[in-house]
Order: sequence, then C-alpha cells, then structure tokens
Amino acid sequence: MSAGLMHAFVAVLRRDLLLALRRRGDSLNPLLFFVLAVTLFPLGIGPEPQRLAEVAPGVLWVAALLATLLSLDSLFRADHEDGALEQLMLMPQPLSVLVLAKILAHWLVSGLPLLLMSPLLGVVLHLPEASFGALFLGLALGTPVLSLVGAIGAALTVGLRRGGMLLSLLVLPLYVPVLIFGAGAVAQAGMGLSYAGQLAMLGALLALSLSLAPLACAAALRVTEN
Amino acid sequence: MWSFFYKLASPKWFYELAGKLLPWFAIGAAMSFALGGIWGLAFSPPDYQQGDSVRIMYIHVPAAILSLSVYTFMAITAIIGLVWKIKLAHMVSANAAPIGAAFTAIALATGSLWGRPMWGTWWEWDARLTSELILLFLYFGVMALRNAIDERTTADKAAGLLAVVGVVNVPIIHYSVEWWNTLHQGSSITSLARIAKPAIHADMLWPLLLMILAFKLFFVTVLLMRTRNEVLDRERRSAWVGELLETRDGV
Repeated sequence: MSAGLMHAFVAVLRRDLLLALRRRGDSLNPLLFFVLAVTLFPLGIGPEPQRLAEVAPGVLWVAALLATLLSLDSLFRADHEDGALEQLMLMPQPLSVLVLAKILAHWLVSGLPLLLMSPLLGVVLHLPEASFGALFLGLALGTPVLSLVGAIGAALTVGLRRGGMLLSLLVLPLYVPVLIFGAGAVAQAGMGLSYAGQLAMLGALLALSLSLAPLACAAALRVTEN
Repeated sequence: MWSFFYKLASPKWFYELAGKLLPWFAIGAAMSFALGGIWGLAFSPPDYQQGDSVRIMYIHVPAAILSLSVYTFMAITAIIGLVWKIKLAHMVSANAAPIGAAFTAIALATGSLWGRPMWGTWWEWDARLTSELILLFLYFGVMALRNAIDERTTADKAAGLLAVVGVVNVPIIHYSVEWWNTLHQGSSITSLARIAKPAIHADMLWPLLLMILAFKLFFVTVLLMRTRNEVLDRERRSAWVGELLETRDGV
C-alpha cells in the first residue's frame, strides 16, 4: 500500500470515528438493542437456567445479527445526504479501500462493543463456562463479516426512501452461514467438543468477505450514487 | 460470430428472433410435459418404500433443479449486462427472477407435501428445504431491490450486482446449511456418470428426465414471452415499436 493510500485510509477512518464520537447517542443504539433483545428472551421463554443455557448460543448470535443490521442503515446515509460520499468517490484513491476504512470504523463503533458486552450477557443467560471462549472468538471473527457483507446491502439501498426494511431482506439471507457457524461453535463448546472447525470456517468467511466485499460495496456505491 | 451477439443485443432483433423461436419452445414444453407427466404420474412404477407418493418427485425434483440453475442464469445474464453494458441482458435477468422464485416456491410446496407422508411433518428443518427457503428470500431480495429503485438503469445495475453477490453466497449458504442439519435423501442423479449408472431405476429415470426437460423448455418459453413484453414496454417510444403497433389493429 503506497503512502498516499495509507494516509487516505487513516484519514477516512479517523473522520468516521470522530463523527461517531460526536454522535455518541446514535453510536450506542446497536449495543442497547443487543442488550434489550437478549433481555427479552428470559421474559419470553421463562427463567429456568437450564433452558436458557440451551438457547443462549442462538439467542446471543441472533441478537448480534439484528443489532448489526440495525446499525447498517447509518453506514452511508449521513454521508449520502451531505454529499461527503460523492467527494469520497471523486478521490484519486480506489474507492474500495476508502470503503474498507468506513466499514472498519463501523465495526469498531458497533461490532466491537457487542463483542465486549457478550460475555456479560452470556453470564446472564447461564451459558456454560466452557462456551465463553467460543462465543468471544466466534463473535470476534464473525461480527466483521456481518459489517462487511452488510455494507454491500447498505450501499445498494443508500439512496432509497424506505431502505431499512429492504436492507433486512437483502442482508439477512447472506448472514445465514455466519449464524450457523457462530452459534454452532458456542453450542459445540458447551458440550465439551472441539469447535476449531467452526472457527476455521468463520475465519475463511472473514478472509473471503474482507477481500471481495469492499470491491462489491464500491461497485454498488458507483451504481446507486450515480 | 460476433456480429450475431451484437445483433442479439439489439432489442428489435431479439424481439423478432424470440417471436420466431417461441412457438417451437412452447410446443416442445407442452409435448414433454404431456409425455413425462403421463408417464411419471400414471405408468412409472410406485416406489417399494414410498408407494405412490414418490410421484411428487416428477414435479419436485425438476422445480428444485430449475430453482438453482435459474438463479445462476440470472446472475450470468446480470454479469453480461454489467460488463458489456447490454440492456437486453438486464431485461432477461430481470424477467428470470420471478420465474425462478416461482420454481423455488413450487419446490418448497411439493417438498412440504412430500415430507408429510415420508417424515411425518409438513415442515422439517431439513438442510435442502431450508436452503431452498433461503434461496426464495434471495430471489425476493433481487426483485424487491429492482422494484424499489425508480430509475431503470440504476435498478438494473443494482439488482444485477445483488444477484452476483447472491450467486457467490448460494454455495456457501447451501453447504453451511447442509453441514448444519441433513435428513434429505441423497440425490439420485448428481452427474453425468450417475446418469449412465443411476441410483434410480430407468422406469423412473426417463419420465424424470423428460419432466426436467419440460421444465427447462417451459422456463425458456415463459422467459421469452416476458422479455418480449418488457422489450416492447421499454422501447415503446422507438420507431419500430410504433410501426409494429400500426401494422397490428387493435393492439
């Protein structure tokens, strides 16, 4: 990576993080949603520790999925509305690299807090002790994939009035593999089995989306942003 | 060779060619449907375990095969449209989507009907049924995105891009779901080698292959009809459509 490209990458990253810091309330919403959604499950299915422990892997992962989905809408919207996105596209650096910086900022603001909060919610749901490692590592590998793949959907729906509902239809089916391997790893670990296979698959998904998603995302922005 | 492709990319030329080919595909579809359908539903032997309910296969398997291959077809035409900027390819891609979604819905419905006597439930979270369901959502996503964007060229490109992203994901989703849970019977005709020595008796295989051919011809027929309509709609301001309308009274 040349110096200019690196510089632009860091500049975009810094800008997005700074903006997130200035709008602290908005940035915290996905985390609040994550905690709230998980809290609803014991109320809905009953407080028995054993039953909660059984559904905990799925609940935690689905809640993380939906929290990420909620945060996606804001990924490009503000930049689209104030014209910053067009400026980004006019820059001499490849758009995909700049988009990657934006996605990284998005993950740092919305994915990382989920990751850090997840052990606490695991305790609340009586997740077996053996599962915590799998939960944490799985989310560490999986939430960046959610941000990367979700960014394609966000880029495709950026100019639309009712993009939110459409975004979930576009993105959720693509999240299925992450959910399967992520929740699968936690469940396997809970039974005392090795979960290395699931983590390897999550890592493979991360490598694939890291290399292809920014390109698809940049192409999508060029289409929708005209 | 190349001039053929350039001609094909012209909506007017496609409209005429498709009009000439259409009856042949329609006749082929009707004949293979009649032959395969009657053979499969009335004359092929019942399964030794499944009895007569195995006959659902003659609808279910072709619909399931087509549901996947139409998605691939849709993505390939979208790539052609995106790379070479051919409007016609986008039109074909756009019109393949609802047909593919219909095949997926048929595969799901017949799968559920078949599951009732075989597995004892209407719905089982079986791997292939589940990935068909997700495929249906992928189709809906492409169709919904196209409908949500008013400007046609933007809609074409955005939906095409989504179809390409989807087609990269289809195998990943399929194998992850397969790995997650499977109870479906294995495929009996997976490759050409298996067709030469299939795990299914010839009395069942032939009507099944006929039905697959029928579904494919039906797909082409409906696709050509729909695309012809779309060509007329999009080119309605052009001279040749005006002439066409004048020569036909009452259209």
